[in-house]
Amino acid sequence: MLSTIQTLFIAAVLAGTPLLLGALGEILTEKSGNMNLGVEGMMFMGAISGLVGAYYYEQGVLTKGGTPSGAAAALIALVISFLAGALGAVIYSFLTITLRANQNVTGLTLTIFGTGFGNFFGEYFGLKAGGYVAVGERTKAAFSNLRIPVLSDIPVLGKLLFQYNWMVYLALALAILLAWFFNKTRMGLNLRAVGESPATADAAGINITRYKYLATIIGGGICGVGGMYMSMVTTSGVWVHNCVNGYGWLAVALVIFASWRAGRAILVSIIFGGLTVMRMYVRIPGLPAQIYDMIPYVATIIVLVITSMRQSKEFAQPKSCGTNYFREER
Amino acid sequence: MEETRKLAVQMKNITKTFGSKVVANHNVNLELRQGEILALLGENGSGKTTLMNMLSGIYFPDHGSIYINGKEETIRSPKDAFALGIGMIHQHFKLVDVMTAAENIVLGLPGKVMLDRKAANQKVKELADRYEFEIDPTKKIYNMAVSEKQTVEIIKVLYRGADILILDEPTAVLTPQETEKLFAVLRNMKKDGKSIIIITHKLHEVLAISDRVTILRKGEYIGTVDTLKTNQSELTEMMVGRKISLAIDRPEMKEKKEILKVIDLTCLNSDGVKTLDSVTFSAYGGEILGVAGIAGSGQKELCEAIAGLYPAVGGSVLYESEVDGVEVKERILGLKPDEISKKGISMAFVPEDRLGMGLVAGMDMTDNVMLRGYKNNKGIFVDRKKPRELAQKLIQDLEIVTPGVDTPVGRLSGGNVQKVLLGREIACQPRVLIVAYPVRGLDINSSYRIYDLLNEQKKKGVAVIFIGEDLDVLMDLSDRLMVLCGGRVSGIVDPRTKTKEDIGLMMIKVADQKAEVKE
Amino acid sequence: MSHEAEHKEPLIRMTKRDAMAPKKAWLIRGIAFLGALLTGALLILVLGHNPILVYKDMVVGAFGSRTVIYETVKLTVPLLITAIGISFAFKMKFWNIGAEGQILVGAVAAGYFGLFMATVLPKIPLVICMIVSSMLAGGLYGLLPAVCKAKWGTNETLFTLMLNYIALAFIKFLMNGPWKAKGSSFPKIDMLHKGARLTKILGVHWGWIVALILVVLSWIYFNKTKQGYEIAVVGESNNTARYAGINVSKVFIRTMFLSGALCGLVGMFQVAGADYTITESTAGGVGFTAITVAWLAKMNPYGMLLVAGFIAMLERGSNTIQTIYKIPASASELLTGIILFFMLGCEFFITYKLILRGRKEEQDA
Repeated sequence: MLSTIQTLFIAAVLAGTPLLLGALGEILTEKSGNMNLGVEGMMFMGAISGLVGAYYYEQGVLTKGGTPSGAAAALIALVISFLAGALGAVIYSFLTITLRANQNVTGLTLTIFGTGFGNFFGEYFGLKAGGYVAVGERTKAAFSNLRIPVLSDIPVLGKLLFQYNWMVYLALALAILLAWFFNKTRMGLNLRAVGESPATADAAGINITRYKYLATIIGGGICGVGGMYMSMVTTSGVWVHNCVNGYGWLAVALVIFASWRAGRAILVSIIFGGLTVMRMYVRIPGLPAQIYDMIPYVATIIVLVITSMRQSKEFAQPKSCGTNYFREER
Repeated sequence: MEETRKLAVQMKNITKTFGSKVVANHNVNLELRQGEILALLGENGSGKTTLMNMLSGIYFPDHGSIYINGKEETIRSPKDAFALGIGMIHQHFKLVDVMTAAENIVLGLPGKVMLDRKAANQKVKELADRYEFEIDPTKKIYNMAVSEKQTVEIIKVLYRGADILILDEPTAVLTPQETEKLFAVLRNMKKDGKSIIIITHKLHEVLAISDRVTILRKGEYIGTVDTLKTNQSELTEMMVGRKISLAIDRPEMKEKKEILKVIDLTCLNSDGVKTLDSVTFSAYGGEILGVAGIAGSGQKELCEAIAGLYPAVGGSVLYESEVDGVEVKERILGLKPDEISKKGISMAFVPEDRLGMGLVAGMDMTDNVMLRGYKNNKGIFVDRKKPRELAQKLIQDLEIVTPGVDTPVGRLSGGNVQKVLLGREIACQPRVLIVAYPVRGLDINSSYRIYDLLNEQKKKGVAVIFIGEDLDVLMDLSDRLMVLCGGRVSGIVDPRTKTKEDIGLMMIKVADQKAEVKE
Repeated sequence: MSHEAEHKEPLIRMTKRDAMAPKKAWLIRGIAFLGALLTGALLILVLGHNPILVYKDMVVGAFGSRTVIYETVKLTVPLLITAIGISFAFKMKFWNIGAEGQILVGAVAAGYFGLFMATVLPKIPLVICMIVSSMLAGGLYGLLPAVCKAKWGTNETLFTLMLNYIALAFIKFLMNGPWKAKGSSFPKIDMLHKGARLTKILGVHWGWIVALILVVLSWIYFNKTKQGYEIAVVGESNNTARYAGINVSKVFIRTMFLSGALCGLVGMFQVAGADYTITESTAGGVGFTAITVAWLAKMNPYGMLLVAGFIAMLERGSNTIQTIYKIPASASELLTGIILFFMLGCEFFITYKLILRGRKEEQDA
């Protein structure tokens, strides 16, 4: 029993990490008053770009007769996936911030576009690679679980806390960094003001446009990294058609459950990560696998309904979310 | 005092247009001397706020130049304005609700990466003490009263080291006592060497606080006069363009019949706080019942609860009418608007939020006029013929300026929007007419047209409930005046026998015993 | 901060403009559309193909012969009906992105009759049962988020979206379990009985006639009926609607039922008219693409007819170019996204006016 919980927890953390990254990206985005429903799309863009980036780095080194380094491939995947997600967010930002297009529809379009982008290039490079894109062993190893000397050897705790792949720790560090940023720094305060009341922030001399662009683009980049986790860790470095498969949307929902707080996002992402993989660890007799698969989505709906029943002033969506700001609006 | 004091601000030939038609400012000049209080006077819509927004970097002028302390400057953004020592306190407060006073004050300021809340609180406290403000730096804005929020706004500007302060209609939301306090603070600041512009359309305030007055009319610069050398009637003429009497008509009606009786009406908001607390009053046909109170004292909830738009937890609202010579009382509290009208009760309501509740901004006049009666005809289809005719009639009768009945009402000016709304409500021949802030943002002409319309209804025997914010108007127009404070009735008085200060006191304090004045 | 005299104004300023002449507005939209095609062409060029040829083959692939025209129409029907269904919800600013799920449950409901009742019922009652059950299923599935939104203000975007995944999982469950085709080693559902397949009229199942009728009916509903008026008022402002005595919850629920019902009907057409079976890809992204269709047509049903036809052409055409040029078929999604990006962006130039420093007015597109 204990070991089941233990393995489930470990699996939950692993499955929850892309959710956490997506949610963190979206929290940062929404704090600036942009409601970007394109998380799924940006994750797709990050997923394929990161994978292809690492793959071509490997091929490049191999054709020169060298041995590709796993760490370098991982770094390349990280950077390129960030840039790809950020590219999606740039399109979104330009349309909503500069051209003041409807945020909901732009976000949905970004999802359609990003999904197309991921699958299109997934197939395209697959054809080029002669079947499918898959990274080599070294790169795979770079994304597998770490062994931290001493720490990993602590009984129970070592397994529970100190033997994940590096991206898990990256996501956790990012969550803490963002929580610190929002609450303790001047820029964080300014950013929150932009999201709550752009007219106020504007009158206070804050450059709304810059804050919105930066938050949305960096947020998109983080989502892109979350997508890369899906292609590099979840599917072990092989491109699988439709691999993001709703995780982006779950991440958007998690933002609500985390009540727009980065720290709390850690908790809810582990819970929902757990729900997505529970089927593999906890058997419920008589429950078909496909019905079991519904659990995270059903849970999302239930939590959505519950959270909507009680509204809080403090921990609510930034007020200007969904509307664009035009200073000379009369 | 030397005559040739240096100019803090000089605005020359400023022009600003919105869209291609609306000229908000045309060749406007303005001079603010150092260490003076300048009143910027003009009716609603005369371009005062637009002009000041260009000084504070919110808008950018189409033409003209701005000199600050004798040097020509370009003000592209509020940040530029701060750098030049200009700070504006907007009429609609620009504050972030979920943050504290101090957080709002330090917002957007340069400084270390880390935010030092303690130091900020300390400095805010010091500033407040210097000019004799009262403020708690750690209080969240959403817990604050309007006057507290205004204090935060002023300190915010001072904190940035502003020497030139612009206040946009600062007294609109204050009681007479709070206004006095504010003026005292402004005089303190003037003594401290600050230059101040105060935007207003209230003449007695101009005379009370300012050194000089600059007058705008319809976006044009009319002139500047020394306060000591002018008087109310001269200022009025400059402001309106002709001699008019500012007296408001109050026709006396003999027969008054109780139509609406509100007993112990109590409402809660979503946090469980009482927004209305045992409100009891009657409204009579043939009279205007004024409702006064500082903003957020329960006015909105009162209107909406009666109109069936806000849930009540206690009390009752009775509607009295005669059916075949028999007095009938109908309980209407808890009914939805359509249920009220289904009972044959004709109650009209002009809400505060004209385009967000009373009208649909994106729809044309026909569709907006239809809003109240679209259910009246049979069948599944809407009938646009009659509403269209009514819309055309309203345009003629009320002199509504619009390209036509097919123009979205959101494109009309504030006064015309209000005429559409009030016209529609009056067209359904109500016995009770509730109007909330009907002249807000309207110019003098439109305002007086609205007062006339209300008086006409009163003469027809309609019970008019008038929620207002300008105490002068309330006291001149109402037959009785009900004062709300924190959701409670602090008294219903005859405005002819009270002074503004009396009413002001009632606005901030509920009398121990409920004083109910009845004839 | 420098305050040099020659840098008096910001480089570009913008102001809101008054209503623009419709002709000019459509010109701007036209230019934006061309811009999107040009961007697509650039992409094709980068992939090493001749964009003109590729575009030409896409059109030929969609309209080149009678057979492909049938196929294109077959793609248009679900897109069009779903777009109309979605626009019911979108008109009241209810972001129903659950059309995909509503189509699937409609398909399941119709599939139940098509699979198990085809031998019991004669064709006409059977088809009526399929229609009614699919619309009921879709409508009820759309009702759920509407009720929660009406009662508690639950976020409908995520709610409807999650329902998509649940419906998909349910179909997988049917494929693997209770409805698994007998004798198949592969998880799949049997083909529909002949008796349950929809009759073809002019080469395509009669769903296209229904779609055309729906275009007219929905236009009348939106513009001429009280319920349509109520939807418009609710969409503009819930407060105004309440003020006017409109029961906002009722409108939410009623309209979402209609929205879901139309999407459910699409499920029926897909099962009984196009695929003759139910698979994971019965909805096949139609629910999302239809959002694009509705939005591009500005919720006008006649416009949707045009746009749906165009997008169907893209999809059909991208299948063709996949075989000819080995360009993956997902290109159509990519291109749809690009077109919508451009169309969303160009509205800015219709609403706002740019003023360049020193100049009076400047247009860009």
